[in-house]
Amino acid sequence: MIDLRGFGPQLWEGTLMTLELAMVSLLVGLVFGLLGASAKLSGSQLARLIANTYTTVLRGIPELLTVLIIYFGATTVLMSTASLFGYEEYIEISPFIAGVIALSLAFGAYATEVFRGAIIAIPKGQSEAGMVLGMGRFRVFFRLILPQVWRLALPGLGNLFLVLLKDTALVSVVGLEDIMRKSTVAVGFTKEPFLFYMTAAFIYLTLTIISMVGIHYLEKRANRGLVRS
Amino acid sequence: MDFDVIIQYFPRLLEGAWTTIQLVVVSGIIGSLMAVPIGLARHSDKLWIKALPYAYIFFFRGTPLLVQIFLVYYGLSQFDSVKESILWPYLREPYWCAIIAFCLNTSAYTAEILRGALGAIPKGEVEASKVLGMGKALMYRRILLPRAFGMIVPAYGNEIILMLKGSALASTITILDLTGMARTIIARTYTPIEIFLSAGLIYLAMSMLVIWVFRFIERRHNEYLKPIDS
Repeated sequence: MIDLRGFGPQLWEGTLMTLELAMVSLLVGLVFGLLGASAKLSGSQLARLIANTYTTVLRGIPELLTVLIIYFGATTVLMSTASLFGYEEYIEISPFIAGVIALSLAFGAYATEVFRGAIIAIPKGQSEAGMVLGMGRFRVFFRLILPQVWRLALPGLGNLFLVLLKDTALVSVVGLEDIMRKSTVAVGFTKEPFLFYMTAAFIYLTLTIISMVGIHYLEKRANRGLVRS
Repeated sequence: MDFDVIIQYFPRLLEGAWTTIQLVVVSGIIGSLMAVPIGLARHSDKLWIKALPYAYIFFFRGTPLLVQIFLVYYGLSQFDSVKESILWPYLREPYWCAIIAFCLNTSAYTAEILRGALGAIPKGEVEASKVLGMGKALMYRRILLPRAFGMIVPAYGNEIILMLKGSALASTITILDLTGMARTIIARTYTPIEIFLSAGLIYLAMSMLVIWVFRFIERRHNEYLKPIDS
């Protein structure tokens, strides 16, 4: 592999960290998105209000600020909660956990809209047909709606994943050892900022291209039952 | 919650918000002007014209904004020729580096939006212009660009909001924008929740304002597309 003044292996570790953060945030974010979409489409006014507030706030404030709030805020909240129970030691959440929480919350807010659109796009007759066959509401959701949501939501989710992948760089600000952080460390030693940040840029580009290929494959697979008109 | 801290430091936060607005407005204007030629070139059928804008757009949309800011702010100083050039007094200022990075970034996104709009114009309108004897330049100036501008208003509004949120990254190169100011205040007061949440509220208010302005522009600009009976 390319040596990069001896920092090649370090950057490779950073790449793995970035990927790990992106994948974990994706999984948690999908759950947030589905919950948000269900809440927005539910009959309960309270659920709708909570979901609307969630998406408005998380989509309206910068992702960097979300990361900072979670990282520094969670420490404060956890410590004051713990001191209620008489625990006075210093508590800190790891940058990774903070990153996962912040990025998945942001991803979930956008995914909520994607899922909501996908669910609405499925003709009402289908869930009615399910009800007529005696299925309960949960069974209709899991057997009829959700499998089709995957196909309809995939293009939107793919775009969101590409955004998420780039947003992982923000977590380096609170000290996660990802591509950005490793590059900054390398720059500190070698005084060659352009070389290392350009390398970082190309690693991100490569990850983006790989993701795009993967998303394209998933879309093809999801649409295999449909005839192109 | 300590509301006294919020009240005491709110003017400082507003000062930061003003820097944020400056960054967004200046790079928004320059970026959108840069986007027009890039988008037009990207729309071309000829490979040798569209290849370069394609690479440009792909690079700036495929890499994190943070990398781009660091490349401009830290990266350029690696080259002695940059340090000796007459532009160095600007290129060593974090403020101008942030503006340059934001301009490059938003021009790539906006060019892609513009390309999408140009591609979405019905073929019949192009043919009609040609039949009327319009040359290429006249056709773009009178018909295609005005049509495309009407189409991109909603997407461009989203781009402005993304840029507003992206501008928080300016705080990583020591600029005292809204996020940077909040971090500075917190370093002094140790009240992250209060200050970050206030900053978040200011960001929300600015996003709302952008949404509201673009809804207004869209209504004005696309008035003629409305169904008659509504």
